[in-house]
Amino acid sequence: MRWLGHPVVKPVLFLWLLAPAGYLFWAALADQLGANPAEALIRSLGDWALRMLVAVLAVTPLREITGWAVLARFRRMLGLFVFFYASLHWVSYAWFDMGWEWSDIVSDIYRRPFILVGTLAWLLLLALAATSFNRVIRYLGALRWRALHRGVYAVAVLAILHFYWMRAGKSDFAEVAVYAVLLGTLLAWRLWRRRRRLAH
Amino acid sequence: LAARPSAVAGAQTVERVTSYDHASSYNNFYEFGTDKSDPVQYAGSMKTRPWTVAVEGLVNKPQVLGIDDLLKLAPLEERVYRLRCVEGWSMVIPWVGYSLAELIRKVEPQGSAKFVEFTTLADPGTMRGVRGRVLDWPYIEGLRMDEALHPLTLLAVGMYGQVLPNQNGAPVRLVVPWKYGFKSAKSLVKIRFLERQPVNSWGRSAPQEYGFYSNVNPDVPHPRWSQATERRIGEEGGLFAKRRKTERFNGYEAQVGALYAGMDLKTFY
Repeated sequence: MRWLGHPVVKPVLFLWLLAPAGYLFWAALADQLGANPAEALIRSLGDWALRMLVAVLAVTPLREITGWAVLARFRRMLGLFVFFYASLHWVSYAWFDMGWEWSDIVSDIYRRPFILVGTLAWLLLLALAATSFNRVIRYLGALRWRALHRGVYAVAVLAILHFYWMRAGKSDFAEVAVYAVLLGTLLAWRLWRRRRRLAH
Repeated sequence: LAARPSAVAGAQTVERVTSYDHASSYNNFYEFGTDKSDPVQYAGSMKTRPWTVAVEGLVNKPQVLGIDDLLKLAPLEERVYRLRCVEGWSMVIPWVGYSLAELIRKVEPQGSAKFVEFTTLADPGTMRGVRGRVLDWPYIEGLRMDEALHPLTLLAVGMYGQVLPNQNGAPVRLVVPWKYGFKSAKSLVKIRFLERQPVNSWGRSAPQEYGFYSNVNPDVPHPRWSQATERRIGEEGGLFAKRRKTERFNGYEAQVGALYAGMDLKTFY
């Protein structure tokens, strides 16, 4: 898998991960988001944040299972894409659903646990994104940085809870189950690996 | 479908009518799936002819009405109603039909009949959502007798001057404009007159969230979200359009407010 280390791979991957946002931007301007554009945009951005989250959490297991150390090169970029889509998700909620009425946003967060949970997940991602620069990593030291960035596991749990609660009104959990299984597997693999390491 | 404009008070509005395209492609009809794009995609499989509606229970003249009998039961009227979904979006739809009261008078309810229960089609063969267990099928809704007899309560067979498209509840459905949309049961197969208040599907599924009355009320929030505002589908400005303020009884308070005089609408939500 030497080609993964080629200098062009990363920019190409970057553009590819940016494409959904580009498409949604175009669709919003061209009024191609259907009958309820705000709802379509917010949900679609949430879906993409979840997909990016699955992708970033898959990096380490894939790397260890395949032995392709080069995969680690993409981990930070994927993590920042989770933050990117989650941020657009939250901003479009505050803008297109709430019209930037802060009092409405606060009471909505209070009234709807799934909004609270989603907002918490986003704040955690904000902390992770803010500490993702080399200088901050050096400043924190590897151990503390790693401890902080285990917060991504909490983001995964909160994200699933957010999605589950959001769908609870429709009692339709098929899609939630797909993401729960994917993220659950990726977290379980880490637990399993940790236990095996401790046993040795 | 030939229909004359309705003379019933409140049955016309000057608001901009939602496009047929939006009204027929964005709605809930869980028998075909829970996504709002599912009904238009999958409702084509439903057979709407032959079709019968059984009218039974506490009536002097129980009967089974074919869809052609129903189409001829009373002169068809066009009524432009606002529709407010409990999820927080709304439309303005020109329906074709007549007051449910016309049918009720024909079957002569007995004095003991206090409620009307509506049962909708649940055919796992043609309705993919019914194979899942999102709700207890068939879908059931109910009205108090005076609500059912109110002239605004519409038995609809069409919209936009045409026969109802399958996804909007063909061939015959209920439209109760001052209540949240889920009260307006689609694709009716049975109408039953009862002495006791029936248990409606959403009331059974989540009683603390969906009351029997479910009148549109901006002052009574859903336990999980505010009902103070709504998004009008197809509003000018698209993505940037502001949400509108929701009105009590969806703006039909002048016509129906008296039905609930003295009732605490927070208790009977």
